[in-house]
Amino acid sequence: MIGLTSYLTLGAILFAISVAGIFLNRKNIVVLLMCIELMLLAANINFVAFSHYLNDSAGQVFVFFILTVAAAEAAIGLAILVTLFRSRRTIDVEELDALKG
Amino acid sequence: MTLESLNIAIALPEIFLLTMACLVLVVDVYLPQEKRNFTYVLTQLSLILTLVFILSNQGETRALAFNDLFVQDAMAATLKLFIVIISFGVFVYSREYLQARNIFKGEFYVLGLFSIVGMMLMVSANNLLMLYLGLELLSLCLYALVAFNRDDGNASEAAMKYFVLGAIASGMLLYGMSILYGLSGSLQLSEIAQAVSRAEGAQNIGMIFALVFIVVALAFKLGAVPFHMWMPDVYQGSPTAVTALIGTAPKLAGFAMIMRLMVEALGGLQADWQQMVIVLSVLSLAVGNVIAIAQTNLKRMLAYSTISHVGFILLGILAGTAEGYSSAMFYTISYALMSLGGFGIIMLMARQGFEADNIDDLKGLNQRSPWFAFIMMILMLSMAGVPPTVGFWAKLAVLTAVVDIDLVWMAIIAVFFSIIGIFYYLRVIKVMYFDDAVDTQPLECGRDMQIALSTNGLAILALGLYPAALMSLCVSVFS
Repeated sequence: MIGLTSYLTLGAILFAISVAGIFLNRKNIVVLLMCIELMLLAANINFVAFSHYLNDSAGQVFVFFILTVAAAEAAIGLAILVTLFRSRRTIDVEELDALKG
Repeated sequence: MTLESLNIAIALPEIFLLTMACLVLVVDVYLPQEKRNFTYVLTQLSLILTLVFILSNQGETRALAFNDLFVQDAMAATLKLFIVIISFGVFVYSREYLQARNIFKGEFYVLGLFSIVGMMLMVSANNLLMLYLGLELLSLCLYALVAFNRDDGNASEAAMKYFVLGAIASGMLLYGMSILYGLSGSLQLSEIAQAVSRAEGAQNIGMIFALVFIVVALAFKLGAVPFHMWMPDVYQGSPTAVTALIGTAPKLAGFAMIMRLMVEALGGLQADWQQMVIVLSVLSLAVGNVIAIAQTNLKRMLAYSTISHVGFILLGILAGTAEGYSSAMFYTISYALMSLGGFGIIMLMARQGFEADNIDDLKGLNQRSPWFAFIMMILMLSMAGVPPTVGFWAKLAVLTAVVDIDLVWMAIIAVFFSIIGIFYYLRVIKVMYFDDAVDTQPLECGRDMQIALSTNGLAILALGLYPAALMSLCVSVFS
């Protein structure tokens, strides 16, 4: 039997990896989108673990909604990426610097 | 469970607006481009009818619906009222702007209506799930709208930045919510509030841990320093019509979200979040006002000015008293009205192939159109907080609330930075009145926009002369 603490640790590690990925990654926007998905999954693991531990199904319902929203979010993110690539011909994070002041 | 126990009637405005948004979506598909005006009229009609539903729904008492997921109270009713009015204004101002750029498309109205539904749900949320879904409905529509002028590279770049930072904020919010759920065992705001008041020792530390994530996420969404990086880029990059949509009504929804999460659910941790909000507020006031001076782009300057106004709104919230909350609400509403007018002027001056988003483009506006130069002057004076405009009363109310809880030094900092801020608002007025017009084309716009913009500007002046009506409305919400 795996305890609640182990699940929470896994969630925290995934969250830390995703945040580190977002801030360290300087090359590719697709990797950025993957890190964002990972962040949502870290929260999902917490919700499922707590939901099981508390014997309360609300947390699992929340997870279904997060999964759905994450799918919609990924769709919009990729759509924006496509329009960006069409006009700039690059998906390099460092070259997104036309707007500043 | 019966249909009556769902208490659907109190969510009628949202249900109606959602239905209309779907209807607009379907109707628009069958319209040829030259009949696109019908989509616009249908959109505005549905907003007017929603307004009627909201007004007829205003009960004094708090009512719950959908198994306590949805709450209707005085705060929700007031904020929804202004959200719908302000969005109506945005649609009026943006029609000619969109037509001149060949982006007068149904998507703008459909996504706009869905984002309004999202805001209304956020305002009425009584459960973490509802709050999250409302926020995402709003954010996803706005991400798409920023990139909606597909051929503009800057807009796509702004959308990407907005999307990435917005998604990080949602991730932070969810992580905080998951810990909060684990510690309190419920997603209901009222039950979380009870759990917070019972919590002690390690559990209390866990709650504060969750609170940090939630405060960071809210700061991201509102654009408080140091989480403001996306705001100037998004304001500048997106089409002005979309900037107006982002910069006005969502601030009201953001205020509601802070009230629901930090005051209703986590009110027991007020002493802890007060310190965090003080830091956010001081930094926002300083960075917003100082960096705005260096801007030459009007939209970018307004973004930094928004950041400084967010500092003021947070100032009212951190007071933690009913007086503070009502003054913050008064500030948010009057700020949304001011920035609506500001973006309205930018859209008025823009025409085909010309954006009018530099401060220099306002040169000699007084020679071209004395009336709209006057309106812009009122808006700028109000943002700067000069009497007799509503901006003065908003700042005064917030500062009074802060002084009343003995944080006099905060009030002094706020006044100091808003004095610095007056410089860049006055520069706009100087450019309008004392510089010669480079561009002498007369301003052309439809009668509807002239009336709406004049009403908007005069409302700022009228609310400044008679602030009592709006102020007592805000006070009654929190008494």
